[in-house]
Amino acid sequence: MAAVRLALFAYIARRLGMMLLIVFGASFMAYNLEAISSNPLQAFAENTAKNKTYLMHQLISQLNLDVPPPLRYFMWLRGVVAGLWGHLDLGMTRDHQPVLDSIALAIPITFRLVIASTILAIILGITIGMITAIRQYSRFDYVMTFISFLLFSLPVFWVAVLLKQYLAIDFNNFLEKPSISLPFLIGFGLVAGLIMASLIGGSRRRFYSVFLGVTLGAIGLMKLISDTNWFIHPGIGIIGVGIFAFGFAILVTQISTGLENRKSLTAATSAAAIVTVGYYPLQLLMNSKSSFLNILLVLVITMGLSGLIAYFVDKIDRRTNIRTALITALLGTLPLFLDRLMQEFGGYMTSDAVSNRPVPTLGQVNDLLSDQQKANFWVSSLDGIMHLILPTAALTLISFAGYVRFSRGSLLEVLNMDYIRTARAKGLTERTVIVRHGMRNALLPLTTILVNDFAGVIGGAIITEGVFQWKGMGQLFNQSLNTYDLNLFMGVFVLSAFLTVLANFVADLLYGVVDPRIRIRK
Amino acid sequence: MAKSKQDLEKSSDKNENEIALRETEGLSQGQIIRRRFFRHKGAMASLVVLLGMFLFVFSASGIHLGSAKQPINIAGWWPHSFKEIDPEAALKNVCSNGITGCPTLDILPSFIDGTGIKIGDHPLGTDILGTDYLALVTRGAEQSILVMLIVGFLGVTLGTAIGAVAGFYGGVVDAILMRVTDMFLVTPTLVIGAVIGFRFGNLGVVPLALMLGFFAWMGLARFVRTEFLTLREREFVDAARVAGASDRRIIFKHILPNAIGIIIVSGTLLMSGAILTESALSYLGFGVRLPDVSLGLLVSQYQDTFNVSPWMFWWPGFFIITIALSINFIGDGLRDAFDPRQRRRISAKERASAKEAKGRA
Repeated sequence: MAAVRLALFAYIARRLGMMLLIVFGASFMAYNLEAISSNPLQAFAENTAKNKTYLMHQLISQLNLDVPPPLRYFMWLRGVVAGLWGHLDLGMTRDHQPVLDSIALAIPITFRLVIASTILAIILGITIGMITAIRQYSRFDYVMTFISFLLFSLPVFWVAVLLKQYLAIDFNNFLEKPSISLPFLIGFGLVAGLIMASLIGGSRRRFYSVFLGVTLGAIGLMKLISDTNWFIHPGIGIIGVGIFAFGFAILVTQISTGLENRKSLTAATSAAAIVTVGYYPLQLLMNSKSSFLNILLVLVITMGLSGLIAYFVDKIDRRTNIRTALITALLGTLPLFLDRLMQEFGGYMTSDAVSNRPVPTLGQVNDLLSDQQKANFWVSSLDGIMHLILPTAALTLISFAGYVRFSRGSLLEVLNMDYIRTARAKGLTERTVIVRHGMRNALLPLTTILVNDFAGVIGGAIITEGVFQWKGMGQLFNQSLNTYDLNLFMGVFVLSAFLTVLANFVADLLYGVVDPRIRIRK
Repeated sequence: MAKSKQDLEKSSDKNENEIALRETEGLSQGQIIRRRFFRHKGAMASLVVLLGMFLFVFSASGIHLGSAKQPINIAGWWPHSFKEIDPEAALKNVCSNGITGCPTLDILPSFIDGTGIKIGDHPLGTDILGTDYLALVTRGAEQSILVMLIVGFLGVTLGTAIGAVAGFYGGVVDAILMRVTDMFLVTPTLVIGAVIGFRFGNLGVVPLALMLGFFAWMGLARFVRTEFLTLREREFVDAARVAGASDRRIIFKHILPNAIGIIIVSGTLLMSGAILTESALSYLGFGVRLPDVSLGLLVSQYQDTFNVSPWMFWWPGFFIITIALSINFIGDGLRDAFDPRQRRRISAKERASAKEAKGRA
């Protein structure tokens, strides 16, 4: 045991050393590349000021331009190495700000953007990828394959312009007189019906009945939304929250234990009931003075109560029941928050800062909001979310395709394995075979991709941030190139390089944890 | 019920295997792969589209190579050049919303809008200076294709060489090469591209592409290395070594042909990535610069006038997407073709005819 621990320790130490070496090498390369390719003195070429020589000399001494780049790198490195004993110094930007401060301001903004879109892309991508794998060679599979290839080939800046036009400008115009025209209504219904019917699949008769049902339902729902001016005063209400909660209850039970397991269905539906019944009492907790803590508190209450009830449902399979109830409560509480945000929408939209154009095309927050609005947690969250819509949509569309392809391929490969055949031969239900034996194994390699995706944030967001004028890491990078700001460039670069190697390391460790086969082979 | 369904599945499995086996009887590996590829409808359609686009682009705008000092220019059949400035041309065609340089292309036949199909002298319109937009777009596409080919070639060559050496020799060589690969890999492509583009963008597209290619081999090298690591442990390599084959012979004659699938597939992905990287760089202003044009640059120039002259925005995007999409589909077809586990879907018709043939026999 001690030997194993020692071996693990040695492994981690070796990897850490290697990481430092890689970041060192990469940063040396990048420093020299950037130092050679940019020339801060270029700005003086057309300068006719009398003290030009003086200014040039000043700049040279300030940026140490008289030291050759390979040596200058080590001057820069000294500040980084000092980070080992807590005095990290990445130098000053050209505007005499510490690079660290600029990065500290930019990083939360980038992360907000990337985390939102990555989570969405993962949920959508994996769901659709797995369905296409289960329905391999179906019409839905072909259509999704084509769509994912198409999204794969889209330049993000091009998509961004289209989104700005159709999702923001046109939608804002539409909100001035929000009534949905009949052709759009019918078209929307048909598309929704087609998507749902091909998702559910089955026999031809079932296909048509689902198609018809969903089409009519969608048309009816949209008509209702249009007639009640829902876009101006959106909300879900207790009925909507209830529908969502019970829907989640059925869905979660179906995926995790199967609907025939009555005990866990009871646990899940009682969780849904708690969320629904709690709609009015919980509104008290979500008042205008609330903060992030209140959200946590609401979640603790709904999940705690649901878990408690699930505990008493049955002695057998207690853990499964509690798990199902907790997941249902978590998912079911989300519409509650959504509803709370929507309650603020009417006031937010008509306020002076927004002036009836709620979907913004630029920036990460609305600076014009009044102090009162900024102080209100729900209004400021709503503002943040509205600003997230466009960039998140753009990034999600682009990265979603990768997850679809990945999870489809992965699940198809796993479904060809011998242990799947064994599971089928044992007479397990198709649900158990696919969810328990198939999906779990298919998702293993995802850890690697996921971690790397989060690390690739900075590179990935450069264009998106530029198009939507978010002041994150990508913008810092753009700025550093355009102003020949070597220190700023290196700050951004080293952070991104370090995140990448760290992510690789974490991914390897995690993979060993989730997949015991890897450890044995080692 | 469940049992009978499984039985059915099993027998259909067996039938499919038989059909697939009979088809590949007496064919070489290359022939099988080629057949599989030609059967992939998406890939074949994409190949036709891509070749058609290559032909159109290069024949229309001609071929422009070489440096600024010694240009090699072969004129194309399209009469307008992307350098031509002709303000009168812009004024000649005015859209209904008052925008000059309106496209003259009309693909709706006369029974729909009453004007009939025509191409006109500036089918995609002109920009504000009167430069023909078709000339601009084909020039941009030409640049993108060039970047794609150069980056693809360089990336595949470098990646294969480095991956092969690392995987074949292992040990210290492998460790050093892989650490170097990691070093390049931690640098986001766009970051390196931007730095390079900032310096080499104004030199023209070929130096830019060469530099980009120099930083594009890492993913491929990793794949090739893994492939080589497994292949070199195989019996046929031992057999070759016992027979006295040199390292070079083993690498080129025995291992490389077996790894060609993964090389080709990652190569196509590399190429579709390259075209997107180049357009993104040009969009950001770090790639191809004015007065030369590229597709990304055109998009960035005309994104703000999307409302009044949307065609200026659609066309470059259309070219980027068509090229990238075709390449991705071709890559998918190649992957299916090279994957030995890949089983083609046997259609109901084929199954029936196979059954019939069996019955007759």
